[in-house]
Amino acid sequence: MLSIVIFLPLAAAALLALPRLGARAATWIWIAATAADLALVVAMWAGYGGGTAYETRLRWIPSVGAGYHVGVDGLSLPLIAMTSLLFLLCAVYSLRETHRPRAYAALFLFLQTVCLGVFAALDLLLFFVFFDLAIVGMYFVIVGWGHGDRARSGLKFFLYTFLGSLALLLGFIGLYLAAEPHTFDMADLIANPPPAGAPVLLAVGVGLAVKTPVVPVHTWLPPAHTDAPAAGSAILAGVLLKLGTYGLARIAVPMLPGQWRAYAWVVIVIGVLSVLYGALVALAQENLKRLIAYTSVNHMGYIVLALGAAGLSGGRAARELAVSGAVTQMVSHGLITGALFLISGVLWDRAGSYQIGKYGGIAGKAPVLSGLTAMAAFASLGLPGFSGFIAEFQIFTGVIGAGAAVAGAVSLTGILITAALLLRMLHRAFLGEPGELTGRVGDLRPHESAAIAPLLALSLVIGIAPRWLLDLIEPAAQAVVTLAGR
Amino acid sequence: MSPLALLPELLILAGAVAGLVTGLFVARDRQRVVAWTNGVALAGAAAATTMNPETMAFDGYVVDRVTNVTRLTVALATILVICLAAGRARGDTRESELYTLVALAALGTITMAGAGDLLVLVAAYLLASIPAYALAGFAKDAPGTEAALKYYLMGAFLGVLMLAGVTIAYGSSGATAYPETRAPAVAAVLLLAGLLFKAGGVPAHFWVPDVAEGASRPVAAFVTTVPKIGALAALYRLASGVFDEPALLAVVAAATMTLGNLAAFHQDNVRRLLAYSTVSQAGYLLVPVAVAGRTDLAEPALLFYLAAYAITNLGAFAVVATAGTDTLADYAGLARRSPWTAFALVVCLLGLVGTPPTAVFAGKLLMFAAAWDGGYAWLAVLAAANTVASVFYYLRWIRPVFAQEGGAGESRTGAVALMAAAGSLVLGIAAGVVLLIA
Repeated sequence: MLSIVIFLPLAAAALLALPRLGARAATWIWIAATAADLALVVAMWAGYGGGTAYETRLRWIPSVGAGYHVGVDGLSLPLIAMTSLLFLLCAVYSLRETHRPRAYAALFLFLQTVCLGVFAALDLLLFFVFFDLAIVGMYFVIVGWGHGDRARSGLKFFLYTFLGSLALLLGFIGLYLAAEPHTFDMADLIANPPPAGAPVLLAVGVGLAVKTPVVPVHTWLPPAHTDAPAAGSAILAGVLLKLGTYGLARIAVPMLPGQWRAYAWVVIVIGVLSVLYGALVALAQENLKRLIAYTSVNHMGYIVLALGAAGLSGGRAARELAVSGAVTQMVSHGLITGALFLISGVLWDRAGSYQIGKYGGIAGKAPVLSGLTAMAAFASLGLPGFSGFIAEFQIFTGVIGAGAAVAGAVSLTGILITAALLLRMLHRAFLGEPGELTGRVGDLRPHESAAIAPLLALSLVIGIAPRWLLDLIEPAAQAVVTLAGR
Repeated sequence: MSPLALLPELLILAGAVAGLVTGLFVARDRQRVVAWTNGVALAGAAAATTMNPETMAFDGYVVDRVTNVTRLTVALATILVICLAAGRARGDTRESELYTLVALAALGTITMAGAGDLLVLVAAYLLASIPAYALAGFAKDAPGTEAALKYYLMGAFLGVLMLAGVTIAYGSSGATAYPETRAPAVAAVLLLAGLLFKAGGVPAHFWVPDVAEGASRPVAAFVTTVPKIGALAALYRLASGVFDEPALLAVVAAATMTLGNLAAFHQDNVRRLLAYSTVSQAGYLLVPVAVAGRTDLAEPALLFYLAAYAITNLGAFAVVATAGTDTLADYAGLARRSPWTAFALVVCLLGLVGTPPTAVFAGKLLMFAAAWDGGYAWLAVLAAANTVASVFYYLRWIRPVFAQEGGAGESRTGAVALMAAAGSLVLGIAAGVVLLIA
């Protein structure tokens, strides 16, 4: 069933290659395929009973111990669900895409397959195959449908993240060679962590850090986001960034527990740096998309911080709380940032600019758009009642409880700065006197509302009643902490 | 010893001779039959290799896994080249000679891989080289003549150095058969000269861009792909028995991949770009040679990478032949003119980068693992850094393909290019099966 979930979008993409298919039909096939995929994921969630479920294990390259091994657990299932939802809503958002819609739909369906594949993979080589293909897919989205200096941004994105992925591959080979018997299978590597040295953690860590991204290897992110189309940015921020942090939780922590504990402080420092630097640089942005991109650096910093705390020696409950918060934050950030990028896409569609200073008083002309933006901004800054609060509260409690009180306290200022910059953005673009481009901004069209509102509604549901989600995440978080403590 | 063990080589030879003789008596517009003769002989050689993969060694010639994989790869790659050439050479005054020369060069390549004696190696070197010189200047035009002259002078000079290396090795160990021969360092360097020339490795790579640009497109595809296979297999054999110079080979590999990449960066002629890309690929292929005998992964890494490289590189050249232009700018809008050709190009170029799930990915993975396991982790890191750098020039070619402008022109779909692209994907996904059998 899991394999069907992974490859259904790809099959739909192949269907789109049929000749004489109209643009509208292509978009509807896209929406139908993603909706069917989401329905399957929901069914999987309903039938999930704990542990690693829906496992498939086939031989692929047996001579190097690599196989097609997929499965889900409490770590990957929430992310798979978030991915399916975000891709469905991006399809809805792109209902009126006029520029080569068939290829656009096929590319997004391809991306969906590879993103789901990364989260479901239980084999390092399979993980890498999907991880690398995600870069290729996103590159074509940026250069094919982006705007501005898209060729340059796309190239920078490709080169930078490809460098990361090759570092990751070298790290995987290091894990493979250190394991006895040699294997790429994650389940086997987690059961018997190989005695690999610090260079292996460095290679894996650099590879995933570029993808996450953390300071100082984040510089590919702002241009890639700014020049990508709105749906591409939403997927890039919502799903692709999670590949990095998910890899940390799935590979780095359980497979290199000793090294992870030894270098936990390095990870924490990098996390704190990302939190503060991302927030401060976002504060200075005039370009709405760059601003959201830098808040992503800030938000991903919390996750890195929490995963670093999992390697400390403080209270076990606190460490579990931190990891649980990290996973919740991955889901929450996907929902909220996805919504924010789709909103910025609406502004670009209407007025062709991301300059906050050129807008003003949008609230008067577009009440629904402004209402949803305000909601997304509050959710993003961690207001109680939204998913971001649940995640960040767990992270801070966990980090401080695990023994990194200073790091936790310093990072709290990140929340303050984020609140300031998001409120400032709201204030300048949506309230006050009309700006030079405000006249062009009309309110949301039905398909845009239908794409943005569910993301925020879900964030609200998680914020108010998170139990259904945490019941899934907490056992997985306990497992990660147990594995890290070996 | 059973002559049947040499059936693949004998079949190719018989095909070449039969083709040459047939060509003498057949009307000019029906010379296509020679292509069929050679193609069938090569297919027979491939079939004979798969049917009868026995391994044995006799005086001067070794039939083992290295030879068998080389036979198969060279035969299939040469069939693709003949398909590519047949579409363009029709009605040429010397059509039948073209196919025969290609088949003979392929035979020389296989013999290089199987050589178990330095003298056999020299003979194989000449058999692989001389038809290739003629092929480079086949069109008798100015660029082709220049290419052939450069190719020949360099090959003759480095071949003489190799012969000197054979002499020294014979003088110092009293034998030329591999098991008994031990080449001292100076002989190793001299032997490397000739083989690096065939492999297109630094510092013997200067002919590669000129031949790739000056010869006809199918010939360029052939000489940058097929002789490499035999040369690297021969080097692997020498490095695992005759001399032991891993550090030297590692430095040559590092220089080859790096210089090839740097030179490819700003090429505006796609054939020169591909030529330098093949130089850098030769550098990656030298990595398993450098760790030969130090890890069990070296042999599968080399053989799988060779097969993967051959099919992917041929695919890229086939796209150039199909598109019929060498200028990078002319590829603007190819995706709208001929979507399938553009698809083949993207698969082959990303394949050369080593993007999964193409075949070169599995080859690179094995190569990285072999380097690390063989104690040359720095070489793996350097190869990874070079791979990232190579993305830059491959993307320089891919991006305009999807550009809006320059959409006009006729639609062309090349069967060979598509077959090679599909073959690269299938070989990558079926890597497990292939590695198990081989």
